[in-house]
Amino acid sequence: MTMQERYPLAYKSYPYAKSPDQDLDTPVRHPVVVVGGGPIGMAMALDMALKGTKVLVLDDHEGIGMGSRAICFAKRPLEILDRLGCGDPVAEKGVVWNVGKVFHGEEQVYEFNLLPETGHKYPAFINLQQPYFEKFILDHVMALQAQGLPLEIRGKNRVDAVEQDADGATLTVMTPDGPYQIAADWVVACDGASSPMRDMLGLGFEGEVFKDSFLIADVRMKADFPTERWFWFDPPSGAGASQLLHKQPDDVWRIDFQIGWDIDRKEEMKEENVRHRVAQMIGADVEFDLVWSSIYTFQCRRMTQFHKGRVIFAGDAAHQVSPFGARGANSGLQDTDNLAWKLQMILDGTATAALLETYDEERIHGAKENILNSTRATDFITPKSEISHLFRDAVLDLASTHAFARPFVNSGRLSVPCTYDDSRLNTDDALEGGAARTRPGSPCPDAPLGDGYLLNALGAATNARFQIVAIDAPVPDAFAAHGVECDVVQLSAKDNETLRERYLGDASSAVYLIRPDQHVAARWNAWDAAGASAALGRAIGKEL
Amino acid sequence: MAKLITTQNMPGADDVYAMLIDAHDGKSKADSDAFNARLILTLINHIGDADIIAEALAVAEG
Repeated sequence: MTMQERYPLAYKSYPYAKSPDQDLDTPVRHPVVVVGGGPIGMAMALDMALKGTKVLVLDDHEGIGMGSRAICFAKRPLEILDRLGCGDPVAEKGVVWNVGKVFHGEEQVYEFNLLPETGHKYPAFINLQQPYFEKFILDHVMALQAQGLPLEIRGKNRVDAVEQDADGATLTVMTPDGPYQIAADWVVACDGASSPMRDMLGLGFEGEVFKDSFLIADVRMKADFPTERWFWFDPPSGAGASQLLHKQPDDVWRIDFQIGWDIDRKEEMKEENVRHRVAQMIGADVEFDLVWSSIYTFQCRRMTQFHKGRVIFAGDAAHQVSPFGARGANSGLQDTDNLAWKLQMILDGTATAALLETYDEERIHGAKENILNSTRATDFITPKSEISHLFRDAVLDLASTHAFARPFVNSGRLSVPCTYDDSRLNTDDALEGGAARTRPGSPCPDAPLGDGYLLNALGAATNARFQIVAIDAPVPDAFAAHGVECDVVQLSAKDNETLRERYLGDASSAVYLIRPDQHVAARWNAWDAAGASAALGRAIGKEL
Repeated sequence: MAKLITTQNMPGADDVYAMLIDAHDGKSKADSDAFNARLILTLINHIGDADIIAEALAVAEG
């Protein structure tokens, strides 16, 4: 049985090996099966396996795909990976950048510095080729597998059919040795934007198609370009309607050319033509190697529901955005962060399956925010009408001399973590004087803590526990309600101005109830046992 | 509660109107359009209030 490769591999990390399951007459039942071995699938599987749940990953390939694709990883996903134990290698390899330049034609319109806020373990963004990103996650998974992590990866296992009833799903899986069946209590589909799982269940994926193509080229050069993000509207080289130059590790630069809708893909992809475009941009005398190139079109769309029965969708399978703003992989990791603890509590019986409704609500809210932002950036970069082109150019004209016009310039609003303001899991804010950024629904901002950082003290990946975080407020040493034991963390902001500013605001003390995914569920000025119990119940879905 | 001033608010209306028309003197249609777009963006920033902009958009809609 030959199985077609859809893309070349950068690392053949998990070659096909026949599983004993394949020879059995009755399908073996697994608590959680993840379909897709990309970064989102692996993060999901790792998160669940660290909590002690047996996870099986099915990938139709045998390792990590070639090509850099996603390159810009934001702080929140790094924090999520850090909780899973592999944030540091990713951050260390990545390139940190803060300065960006915006050009219109020949002219530099302006330059900006992100001026990252201090007091965080991780930078606002790093640039890193996707295969490295995936490799660091997978290396960590494999190191832990050797120590008994209950996570199994099966390469060249392609799901061809899915059937489900109230208690689970049955997957028909194709392998080089032919098909076999697997039963699962829950299936998490992380099988990408063209998700075959979505099609098998007949679920829609609606949204806006953008009539434009992008040629992306990763080139290696020893050029003297600084580590900055350069974005051109109407570049003078004429090599595209917009251009982006971004630094990656290993002397590799990512160049994006927006080349229009009516193009001859085959012709454009010819190496000499790609090289010609690159030379037009960086100069004919600059030597470079072409590492990888690809042409893509994009759409902004999402599923109307992120789960159907026992099959849950995450990452690009559930929502797709334009590349402007780095909201693809970054939002996918926020999906798994949101889903893992909920699914674990459902498996443990501490929560009912109704909790899954809030995965849909919270992450659809995130997807809407990402689609809105990336659609607006796309409309600014590629104006849809004569009048919108006129205003776009007016903004760029004004921006070169007037700072007031610069906020209108939109070459992508970079991904920031999603705040679940209207989540039904939140309890109304009861911290008088509290800072807005840590209101219920917010992801906890990091802060220095002793020799380390706050987020490392909140929410071990090995369980799905809530935290009671008390700042200059007396609280009991232990707290449990509704069958959920909380970790209690006592802190003081007396010599920690950053913690005070981010978590107390104008209050003199605070008690926070924080979810396993480090989002704030509730907060008060002082300990309130009845309030904490009610808030915890609400946060695990007792009121749904 | 409406925030946009829709009653007479400026002395010297004739002078200001003449300034506006004079600014377009000698401009091609394309240059005038671009000029108007820059002017609108500049005034929008000065107003600095999305509610007022929304009301103004409704007035312009007629």
